[in-house]
Amino acid sequence: MLKDMFQNKKNEKPPVKSTVASPSANIPDKMWVACPGCGRMIYDKLYTQNLKVCPMCGYHIPMSANERIDMVFDKNSFERFEYQIPTSDPLQFPQYKEKLQSYKTKSKLDDAVICGVGSICGIKTAVCVMDNSFMMASMGYIVGESITRTVEYATENKLPIIIFATSGGARMQEGIVSLMQMAKVSGAIKKHSDKGLLYITVITHPTTGGVTASFASLGDVIIAEAGALLGFAGQRVIEQTINQKLPKNFQSAEFALQHGFVDIITQRKKLNDVLWKVLSIHCS
Amino acid sequence: MSNKGAWERVQIARKMNRPTAAYYIEKLFTSFLELHGDRNYADDSAIIGGIAMFEGKPVTVIAEEKGKDLSEKQKRNFGMPNPEGYRKALRLMKQAEKFNRPIICFIDTSGAYCGVGAEERGQGEAIATNLMEMMALKVPVVSVVIGEGGSGGALAIGVANRVAMLENAVYSILSPEGFSAILWKDSTKAPQAAGVMKITAEELLSLNIIEAIIAEPEEGAHQDPKMVAEGVREYLNKTLTELTALDGETLSEQRYQRFRSL
Repeated sequence: MLKDMFQNKKNEKPPVKSTVASPSANIPDKMWVACPGCGRMIYDKLYTQNLKVCPMCGYHIPMSANERIDMVFDKNSFERFEYQIPTSDPLQFPQYKEKLQSYKTKSKLDDAVICGVGSICGIKTAVCVMDNSFMMASMGYIVGESITRTVEYATENKLPIIIFATSGGARMQEGIVSLMQMAKVSGAIKKHSDKGLLYITVITHPTTGGVTASFASLGDVIIAEAGALLGFAGQRVIEQTINQKLPKNFQSAEFALQHGFVDIITQRKKLNDVLWKVLSIHCS
Repeated sequence: MSNKGAWERVQIARKMNRPTAAYYIEKLFTSFLELHGDRNYADDSAIIGGIAMFEGKPVTVIAEEKGKDLSEKQKRNFGMPNPEGYRKALRLMKQAEKFNRPIICFIDTSGAYCGVGAEERGQGEAIATNLMEMMALKVPVVSVVIGEGGSGGALAIGVANRVAMLENAVYSILSPEGFSAILWKDSTKAPQAAGVMKITAEELLSLNIIEAIIAEPEEGAHQDPKMVAEGVREYLNKTLTELTALDGETLSEQRYQRFRSL
């Protein structure tokens, strides 16, 4: 820890806000929070100041999209895109519309992603942040269409794009339409890439299924947050297929790094430094 | 089109004696030469790739192959590709682009393989890269779902200008068994799941996921494989004639807009 404080002095960047500002954003109104990693109680204020990372065991508790935006972007720089995309229910799946509505009311999100533009230490970038509290951030039409429009906006405006990925996979209730989102978003990223523009993926916990098998694996630079799970197939499905227990660190960020599928693993508190470095090398 | 339920079509699509990709390759192409390997790790026998002549013109063929009998099915991992299979497919597609020949893909898989090695070698990355790179190919790409179109494992060779399905083929986000297990916590409700998932050729045509349906005999393709192969030939011939008239930029833009509208 101490060592960390003295590292990286050479590439010092302007100071950034390092606390989660919005008190409304999904933080329980309690004095103490139980860490999902070690089970110990954390004093609420300490937990907030520490960017939702357990000060005892280092567990990175998932952040909401709003918390993430507050953490990453310069103060007042984020502009949210309001796409107003109509709900898609291609299977007319029983209770799906009601379920969506209840998630919308609970989370105050339109679906599992927030898109927009913002600045990191003055460098403007397009961004999509997925939010795991909305149906496990599964990808249906609205998520796919929102990300595609944002990537296209970045292409037209010659901006880099950062996507904070987290997902339980495809939105089953939308059937094949959710599968098609994988191709649509990947195609938009190809056009962005062909213009020589930068795409940074940040893998947050957990990123799986169709999101792993599309845009989450396509970044020019892929950054995984410490402790994030990154995989294609679900672990239970694999265990059933091969009839064996899986190794301990299977599909962890470290596993992905060892096998060559992410560039960097970073602690949450260092994420802004890493993003800024990558952006400044490409965009200044 | 015969009037069958979705679950009945699933059973036909999975039939042991349903013609697999190797049959169509043998019937439709001349001078087929199989090319192996992803030039990186291995050759995946769940995907057959190669070059051939179709109606007197060179093409590249990519096909998911389940195998005919049990020993061949085992050898071909029951048509469930590993990452190296998708990487081989992409290598051969890029080769096709270089030599300006159309790409014909036959989709028939229950899904990309779920195993430890597949994860270690980046199943997600392999599929993702195919989706991205196929979108920009400057040659015609036509995919035909001949049996099962299982999720990302099917889409990874399905980013085409045109997609057709055999009448009893199915194409889905997940198997009906998996779907009912996830959404209803009961995998025995697969028949009901098949009924709501919109996985049949007719349903997918109405959702604009595919452009054409190729007819099968009453009991399914196994009843008269030759007739079905002739239907596939006719479809490919007509489609490739249309697509080869377009230039590379138009083809990739048309492919992008096809998926952009979904």
